[in-house]
Order: sequence, then structure tokens, then C-alpha cells
Amino acid sequence: MKIVEDSPSLLTALDRPNSYIGRSVPRPNLARLTQGRAQYVSDVVLPRMAHVAFVRSPHAHARIASLDTAAAKKAPGVIAVVTGAELATVITPWVGVLTHLKGLKSAPQSAIAVDRACWAGEAVCAVVARSRAEAEDGCERVAVDYEELPAVTDPETALDPQTPVIHPSIGDNLCFERVHTAGDPDKGFAEADAVVETTFMFGRHTGVTNEPRAIVADWNPGDARLTVYQGTQAPHMMQNLFAKHLSLEEHQVRVITKDVGGSFGIKVHTYADEMATVALSKLLKRPVKFVADRIESFVTDIHARDHRIKAKIGVKNDGTITAWEIDDLTGIGPYSVYPRTSGIEANQVVNLTGGPYTCGNYRARARVVFQNKNVMCQYRAVGHPIATAVTEGLIELAAAKIGMDPLEIRRRNLIADDAHPSQGPSGIKFEALSNHEAMAHLDSMMNYAGLRAEQEQLRNKGIYRGIGFASFVEVTNPSAAFYGVGGARISAQDGATARLDATGAIFCHTGVSEQGQGAEAVIAQCVATSFGVSMDRVRVIMGDTDNTPYGGGTWASRAAGIGGEAAWQAGKALRQNVLAVAGSILQAKPDTMDIRDGIVVDRDTGKERIGLDEVARICYFRPDTLPAGVQAELVATRHYVPRAWAFAFTNGIQASYLEVDTDSGFVKLLKHWCVEDCGTVINPQLVDEQVRGGVVQGIGAALFEHCLYDNRGQLLNGNMADYLVPMAAEMPDIEVGHVVTPTGDSELGAKGAGEAGTAGAPGCVMNAINDALRPLSAAPLTDMPFTPDKILRALGKV
Amino acid sequence: MSETRCDITLTVNGETVAETVDARKTLVDFLRDDLVLTGSHVGCEHGVCGACTVRVDGVIVRGCLMLAAQCDGANVETVEGVSDAGEIADLQKAFEQRNALQCGFCTPGMLLTAQELLRDGGVPSREQIREQISGNYCRCTGYHAIVDAIESVAEARAGGKR
Repeated sequence: MKIVEDSPSLLTALDRPNSYIGRSVPRPNLARLTQGRAQYVSDVVLPRMAHVAFVRSPHAHARIASLDTAAAKKAPGVIAVVTGAELATVITPWVGVLTHLKGLKSAPQSAIAVDRACWAGEAVCAVVARSRAEAEDGCERVAVDYEELPAVTDPETALDPQTPVIHPSIGDNLCFERVHTAGDPDKGFAEADAVVETTFMFGRHTGVTNEPRAIVADWNPGDARLTVYQGTQAPHMMQNLFAKHLSLEEHQVRVITKDVGGSFGIKVHTYADEMATVALSKLLKRPVKFVADRIESFVTDIHARDHRIKAKIGVKNDGTITAWEIDDLTGIGPYSVYPRTSGIEANQVVNLTGGPYTCGNYRARARVVFQNKNVMCQYRAVGHPIATAVTEGLIELAAAKIGMDPLEIRRRNLIADDAHPSQGPSGIKFEALSNHEAMAHLDSMMNYAGLRAEQEQLRNKGIYRGIGFASFVEVTNPSAAFYGVGGARISAQDGATARLDATGAIFCHTGVSEQGQGAEAVIAQCVATSFGVSMDRVRVIMGDTDNTPYGGGTWASRAAGIGGEAAWQAGKALRQNVLAVAGSILQAKPDTMDIRDGIVVDRDTGKERIGLDEVARICYFRPDTLPAGVQAELVATRHYVPRAWAFAFTNGIQASYLEVDTDSGFVKLLKHWCVEDCGTVINPQLVDEQVRGGVVQGIGAALFEHCLYDNRGQLLNGNMADYLVPMAAEMPDIEVGHVVTPTGDSELGAKGAGEAGTAGAPGCVMNAINDALRPLSAAPLTDMPFTPDKILRALGKV
Repeated sequence: MSETRCDITLTVNGETVAETVDARKTLVDFLRDDLVLTGSHVGCEHGVCGACTVRVDGVIVRGCLMLAAQCDGANVETVEGVSDAGEIADLQKAFEQRNALQCGFCTPGMLLTAQELLRDGGVPSREQIREQISGNYCRCTGYHAIVDAIESVAEARAGGKR
């Protein structure tokens, strides 16, 4: 290999002299991470800081009959022992609902359970001590008498009349239901030559961020301010929630997010133990730190997926798809998670099933039910892996049934690349997609014909290899349609402030945050290019609600497309301001000049006129030499939010090549490909690495990851030894290709890329396994993760 | 010295350290809490994820599976020491250039694990590289870029193009 210093630029429209758009420049400030000099929240130490550990319910559902804290209070190092009732004096409960998800309901959730625990792992008491170890010692001395209540664990029976209702105040165990019909599905199925019907299962899994959730809360009564160091994706959202539930004004709260050890949607939610930590700081008037240990992470980090989908497709013998139908049932734990709710994933499944295909006869029902397990909520690629696996699984099963090549059936049903704007079966609006071009690119990239020949040859030797595909669309750059319209104070817009410092360098303050995906680099690339300096003259400030424009943060693949555009516009605005004052200094018209590589030049000839350092020197230290009435404005702020389209849909296709050992049931991944179209590619290397990381996360869901619960609501494998994650030895090399269809909603034209890999990989691997086993007449595998025992069962070997 | 406290003297990144520690304290907690060497990370605390990888007497170990008390007389090296000594400068550069890290939480452990493979020379295959780092969990990259970066350094050290 081959470290490519700089990939060829994929576009020229945004080229300015010294443009960084489309270039694989390394991320700034990575050395701090490679040298062990990062500052994650788990590294933060403050004066007088105490540590909290939580007593957690061992039962899935139990009444707290009594709670004796006396012994814990006397334990060495213990500062305070605080119950739910005591903490409720400083923090109010919350309810995770959104008004645009009609009928969605949930019950109030407290920072610490007050009289009842609703899942195994819910905190029932906090122990604050000088060290985490002493806090844990203290927890062991808290005596809790539980009266076990019946646990609701199986979504299939959650709505049965004989099943106990978890929250009697809301009537039943139904959190949310959506029914959607488009076209004429009955007619479609009647016209079909073949109908395939099956049930897909998607096991519960979780994010397993390498750095667990971490928070340090510092309430300082002296200046009446709360400073929270938190590994979060959405600092301004958390600022609002801390203020709201601690009865503070938002301007009294500062959220600081430094380095974050992985997020993937895990760190964009409100967690009861983190809210409790902040409340404890308020109560105790000193900094309190909470870092989840791995066992706690497994029972409290949001879980994801856990869908059972009955699905049906109708197809004609010429491959035309005539109708789709799905019935989704998903269990989300005892509370809808605040503030984004736990209804979004099922809603997305309804929106995205049928993806970028022409068949508009579609019937869908999704039901979201409460249960006594850990909470479930949005995790990387929300809903996409489910909808994609269902759609693409149905298509490949249908293709097999009518004897058609899996790429050919897609070719006959994908919306034509020149037919956009268009809409999908559920009515989702596509501005412009390139599914056919992406598929053609993939076909040649992977040498499909060659692989089929190899597969055939090896089958004769008893080696079973499979090729599977998954076309996909991905929601990116969300407008206010995602959360804002439902009443959540989650910003859809983002701001960027560009500021010229006294030596001619640029500071860019942005509302988006860095989780490792490279947002800092993308912001620097955008502002450096539009303003006209080299990237080493740009410093990006992010993750601090006191010092960045209001913004949404980093989720739903929005940082580059929305934050990048704001930075691009801020850089342009500052360039105008600087050229205005340079014009005064040089007695020249501003529109005849440009800024290139840190120097004001004649726009047409490129002749150097004055350096930015000199402009800054005059403006800051000798403004008296400027003409009367000229005031230099060396800070510019711009905001951006998508307006023309609710979401900028991206698209693409993945392929998996794998081998199934029919004796052991093990799957060996040989190679994986992804061609995706995220519009303008700001940094090809960063996009490719987002795709690769996302693919492997999707492979984890397909082959390994599963939160296994027993019927009493106990998580059986909540540790990294028993819960398997993808490790290097089992993962394939992943080839990534691009098609570029910019969005017209922004000047940059960039869409998101963070979730495409995770969206497509599970369905793609599923299809490849079924393709491998088809000659053996194995029952199609549709129950993720595809563990060796399931494969052997499908083969009838066990 | 008591049943629950131990006096230890060891070398950490070339400096002699004498401390009294809880007998139950892990090496990585000792490094992070007592010496404020926060480059070694705590990911799983049961020896699976490799984020706490450090070198003890020249061999990489899990800092969460070794007690500080076991390190009396040992020579401990963390990413801070190995980095400052310049021993892995080329690996660090390659990781940065190839974007072989995203959140960076696994990176110190990953670098020390890679260096162990490369220290003896030779150019390992991609499979051997994957095998070597198979005890280091990375949630972000999908590993491909990490394998690329390690491979490029192996080639360069063997007198290749870099």
C-alpha cells in the first residue's frame, strides 16, 4: 500500500486557487491523539472533584420497598449518598415525545429511579466519594429491598390484554404506531407472478464506543454557572436540557466537548445517570465526575434495532416489482428516550423501505412497544440498516425465485438516474440520485462477471462462496423536519464565525462538533478555501457553547453538509470584509482583488498587493491611518440550514464477497465494496474512511453483535468478552468508489457520508450468505446476527 | 505497607517512581490517576479492547489486567514515553497521513501493538498485521486504514520507497 498524499480532485466547480475542496488533506491536530496527549472527558480532573458510582437495579422491574443508606454514608471516602427522591429536589423528570410523531407517548423518567426500577441497570441510588473505587465500595453498602414485579420482555406479547402495563398512567404498552399505505398494494400483489413472504429479525445491539460515556459537571455557586465537560454530539442541545431540568437559564450553562472517544449516535441522547451527575454537582456545589464502566455501558448506553419485520414482495416474471408490504414490531425499553424519542427508528423503517425503487404500491405498519429492558434509541444509520436489509433481502429472494440475476432485477426497478426529482414508495422526496451509475461503477470495480465464474468453479470443489448486494439511500443534512417541527429544541441550522487574527491567520468557530469523523478538517478546508489562506493558518474552535455559534452538533450526517456550508459562507463573507478594508488601504476597488494563499492580490493578474498580516496590523494597531469613516470588520458570521429539501438523500450500493464453511457455520469475509454518492466530496480520504468504518459497524450487526436477554429481562452477555464486536482479523479490505451528484441546496453541494456504510452492510452480507448457501437448498437466513449455529440450522446440520 | 497498600518503586518512561498504591489498583489506573499519564486509556477493564496497552519490561501488556503492585522493579513504558523518545515517529506520521485513527481512543494501544510487530524488522503480510492487532478494538475505522498505515511503515523500514 500506498499512502496517497493527495487524491485527484473530483470536481472543479468549487476550485479557487489553493482550493482544499476535493483534496485528501490530513486532519489537523491528529498528532495530539497519536502522542497520547488528547483530552477526553475521562481524562478531565478538576479541583475538589468527586466521583459518583450508582447502585443499579438487578431486576428488570421492581418496586423499591426500602433503601438504607446509613452504612454507605459511613464508608471511607464517601461524601454523599443520594436517593432518587432526594435528587428530585434539584432536577425535574422528562418525557421523550415529539409532536410530529402523532400519538407517540411515554412516561416521565427520573434521573434516579424514585420508587420503581423499570429495567435491570436503572440507577436507584448514587454514591459520591473521593475516588471511583471508594464510590463503588459505598454502593456495596447501600441496602435495597426490592419487590420484584412482572417483567414485560417479549414485544410480541407486549400489547396482549393479559400482559401487565408498565406505565398504567399512559394506558397500554404501545409507545407509537404508524400505518402507511401508498398506491394499491392489493392490486400489486394480485398482478404478481411470484410473491415472496418472510420474516426478518434484527437483534438488539449497541454502540460500544471505545471510550464509555463520560461527564464532569461543575456547578459553581460563586458565579452561578454550571460548566459541563461532556462527550456529547450535541452541546447546545444538552445546554438547553441541563438548564431546563435544573431550573437554570441557558446562559448559566456551558457545555464543553473536547476529544470524544467515539459516538455513533450513542452520545446524542439524554442519559439518566448523566443528568444525575449534573444534579449532584448542583446539590453538592462541587465538580462531580461520572465515567461509565463497560458493564454499565452495556446496560445503560442506548441499544438499537430489535425489529421483527414480516415482509412481502410481489414480482412479475420480467422482474418488475408490483408491491411491498411490511409489518414492523420493535421493543424500546420502558421509556422513549429524551428528547429525540424512540419512535424515530420505526418511523424511518416505514419511510425508507422500498428505497430508491419505482414500485409505489406499498403498505406498512410499525408498532413501537414498551418493555422492561434497557432503552433503545437512534444509533448510527437509524432505521436504514433495517429498511435496506428488508428491501434488498426481498429483492434478492424474489430474483432467486424468478431466476433473475440480482443486479438485473435492480436495474429493472431502480428509479432512473434522469428521472429525478422523484419520490420513493413511502413518499420520501429525492432531489437527485445516481443508483444506476453507482451500480454500473460497482459492477466493473468488483469484476462481477469474474467473481461469478470463480464462485461457480469453487462450488464444484465444495467451496461455498456468496455474492450479495444492497442498494441504499441515506438521509443526510436534515432540515427542521427531523426534530424541530416536533417541538424539540435541537438546532437544524448551524453557524460559523470566521475571524482574522492580528497576524493574518483565521479562527473559525463552528457549532458542529468533532467525534473523530474529521469535522474539524472539513471546516478548516471550507473556510481556508473560501477565504483564501492555507490550512495551517486556520484554527477551528468547536465543542464549547460559550464560544461557538448556536448549532445542532454532529448527527444524521450533517456536520460536513451543513456545518461545512456555514463555514464556506463565513469565509466568503470575511473575504469581502477584508477586501473592503484592503481597498481602502490600497485605493483599489475591492471587487478587483482576491485573497490567495494569505495575500491580497489583483484578481485578474494574481499580482501581490498586500499581505494579510499587514492588513491585520493596520486594522488592529494603526486604524488611525485608515481613511476617515472606514471601520474594518474582521469577524463575519454566517448560518446555513437546508430549505429546498427536507433531507439531502445520498445513495449508493454495496457488495459483499464471502465464504461459508458449511461444516462449522463460520463466515469468512473476503472482500467488500461500496460505491456511494454524497455529492461534492470535500475530503475523499475522510469520506472513504467514514464508509469503511460504517461498513464494519454494519458487519458487526450482521455477524456478531447481539444483546441477549432472557425472558426475565436480564442481559446475559453485557461485557466485551461475551458480546462480540468486529476485530481486525475477521474484517475484510473494503474498496470504496464514488459518484458525485451535488445537492443544489447549498453552494458546496456536499451531502453527508457518515452512515452509508452502516446502512447497506447488514443486508449486503445477509444476501451474500444466502447466495452462498442457495445451491445447498438452505432455508434463507433472515435472523441477524448470522451466527454459526443459525447457519448450521439453516443447513439442517444441527 | 499493609494488607491493602503496597510500596512500589519502578521506572516509568525512564523516570524512577516510588509510590504507595492500593493493592487492588490496576496498572492503568495507577498510570492515569497517580501519574496523570492519560495517554493509556480504559476501554473495557477486562482485557478485551486493548486501549490500555502499555509495555512492561519490553513486552506489551494490558494495563487493566496487571496490578500496579506487580510492577515493583519493572520498567514501564507508555505511549507518552515511546512517543517522546521518537521510537514510533514514523508510525504516528503514517497513522496521521492515512487517517488510520478517527476518535483516537484506541490509537495509543494500537501503535504500541503495531510497534511490537515491526520492531524486529521484516514486512509482515496484511493477514499478519490483522492478526497482530486483533486484540485491539477500534470502533471507528474498520481497520483497513490501520493495516495500510502499519504496512507502509514496515515497507519503509525495510528500505522501501519511504
